Amino acid sequence: MEKLMSDLKKQIIEQLNLQDVKPEDIGDDQPLFVEGLGLDSIDALELIVLLQQHYKIKISNAEDGPKVFRSVRTMAEYITTHQPSNA
Amino acid sequence: MNSAPVFIASTGTISSIGKDTETSLQSLENGVAGMDTMHWLESSHKGKLPVAEVKFSNAELASICGLNEHIPRTALLSAIAAKEAVDKSGIDLKSGLRIGFISANTVGGMDKTENFFKPFLADHSKGHLRNVVHHECGSVTEIVADLLGVKDFISTISTACSSSANAIFFGARLIKQNRLDVVIAGGADALTRFTLNGFNTLMILDDKFCRPFDENRKGLNLGEGAGYVVMVSEKIANTLKTKPTISLSGYANANDAYHQTASSPDGAGSYFAMKFALEMSRLKPADISYINLHGTGTQNNDIAEGTAVKRLFDPVFPPMSSTKSFTGHTLGASGGIEAVFSVLALQNDLIFPNLRFETAITGLPFKPVTELLKGKGLKHVMSNSFGFGGNCSSLVFSKS
Amino acid sequence: MRNGELYFKAGSEDPSSILAEIYEHLLPAYPKFYKMDQLSKLGWLATEILLGPEFRYKNYPADKVGIVLSNANASLDTDIRYYDTVKDIASPALFVYTLPNIVAGEISIRHRLKGENAFFIFDHFNAGFIQQYVSGLLNNDNLQACICGWVETLGKQLDAALFLVEKTPNAGAVGFTPAIMNQIYQ
Repeated sequence: MEKLMSDLKKQIIEQLNLQDVKPEDIGDDQPLFVEGLGLDSIDALELIVLLQQHYKIKISNAEDGPKVFRSVRTMAEYITTHQPSNA
Repeated sequence: MNSAPVFIASTGTISSIGKDTETSLQSLENGVAGMDTMHWLESSHKGKLPVAEVKFSNAELASICGLNEHIPRTALLSAIAAKEAVDKSGIDLKSGLRIGFISANTVGGMDKTENFFKPFLADHSKGHLRNVVHHECGSVTEIVADLLGVKDFISTISTACSSSANAIFFGARLIKQNRLDVVIAGGADALTRFTLNGFNTLMILDDKFCRPFDENRKGLNLGEGAGYVVMVSEKIANTLKTKPTISLSGYANANDAYHQTASSPDGAGSYFAMKFALEMSRLKPADISYINLHGTGTQNNDIAEGTAVKRLFDPVFPPMSSTKSFTGHTLGASGGIEAVFSVLALQNDLIFPNLRFETAITGLPFKPVTELLKGKGLKHVMSNSFGFGGNCSSLVFSKS
Repeated sequence: MRNGELYFKAGSEDPSSILAEIYEHLLPAYPKFYKMDQLSKLGWLATEILLGPEFRYKNYPADKVGIVLSNANASLDTDIRYYDTVKDIASPALFVYTLPNIVAGEISIRHRLKGENAFFIFDHFNAGFIQQYVSGLLNNDNLQACICGWVETLGKQLDAALFLVEKTPNAGAVGFTPAIMNQIYQ
């Protein structure tokens, strides 16, 4: 789980072009949107792409986004419960 | 100079609900929507996402307007609608008048570019270069200007979904400034995989027929088409066989300055566009007899537009509807097509229904019209077009 | 270049590094910059340089400042980049930039401008058209100031020339004529 969360932080920074953010700046439970990292609706869609690209997980309903992408921890938990195999 | 009226001499349109203005009016009166399963576009979303396609192949479109079928579909649609508008205006474009053609589109020749890339990506020696020469948005306008024989002034506007509304008021300005006598203005866009995939990744496409201004709306359906009006100065209007009775009395454009794609929660851009358009036409909100809403059917647009309408019109709301419930969202063409529909509403004293509406949006004290209304004595119609990039425009048409 | 003087010379040759260098030189603390496409970055930076810190003290009402831009290739640069991602998984963040007027949107957001926006496509920089169009806006339609000009990028090419036109003349301002604009553009 720790490993997954630290991977995720790097992937988020890369996917969203957050040039001036370092992985250690993102807290495991820090909110990603608005008051936290300040991400917006397009970033949410990019995070959906990230899950699809790196973890082969498809979120087809955009309304699930806020739950899954609340923090790095909620993302990691979603990945662990939804990963099709160990790939 | 600003008070000089600009008259609408004629209209031309093609979309999923009709090949010209008359057939479109019949569909609007009979409540017949144009969405269907995908027929002409080649896409992996075939059968899953409904679209509002023009019901003709490129070859059929080409034979209607007398152009080559290998030019972009956007140019074919543009040519058909612009030609209809010119033919019906009764104006001879070769009679020495100063004539302008201002056309909007957002995809240019993207359909042809896509067909180039597919074989090209697989094998770099393949792919027809013919397909990319028309990629640029401006070349679509030039093809049609050549066909019509317009040389004095030609311009292309690309400001997303409000493009063709902007083309129309830009044309009106050139007439008011006495730089042109006649302007053919509007826009066209064909469906492409590019836009379909793009809107799909934004997760704002409804996999059923769209439900604008409904609490349970799920997104938009993409459509295609073209819509143009022929505008003339009062001097030219007086020389026409039947003097035009409808004028473009107000217009405005404002930026929402909030987000690249999302509308601000209070719809600031939409509010300013509507307010300034009203001020220009010297009307009060209560004077508007019908609003043709932008109403795409996305969560974000409809609540932002609705909030702006509430702020401006409260407490008395004019009848309103989104005709995107018929045509889908035709992007760069929508402002042109809806300008034609607004003129039709005034000419025939009709208010078109907002199809498939069931539940009003929470927090909005009004709901759209759900049945065709006749004989309400329409005087002034407002048409809204808002686009990505925060670009918001409103037009006001008036009957004299 | 700003007002005829060399403002900053980038050491890089690659367009994206040049833009990054200028951004770092200006250091505006605007992390959204990194997410923009090349056309928006270029127009956004050019506007930063054009307006400088002075502009916000002028206190124009938000709806009285407009933006009128033009170029030849619309958003083709980003269209091609977006098309490259479609082969794998299409990028929503890139798709939103496949419209040329988004650059005007980004500038509006940054400077909280709510006035009229327009984006025109021409083969080449058309100073005469821009001058007439913007003068019309200032004289008839109640704009007090307008950011206007040319923003173009395709592949390795970066080309921007922006002008701030104000209704009330400023000390040191030049006249708004096509000849002067062409001279500055070259």
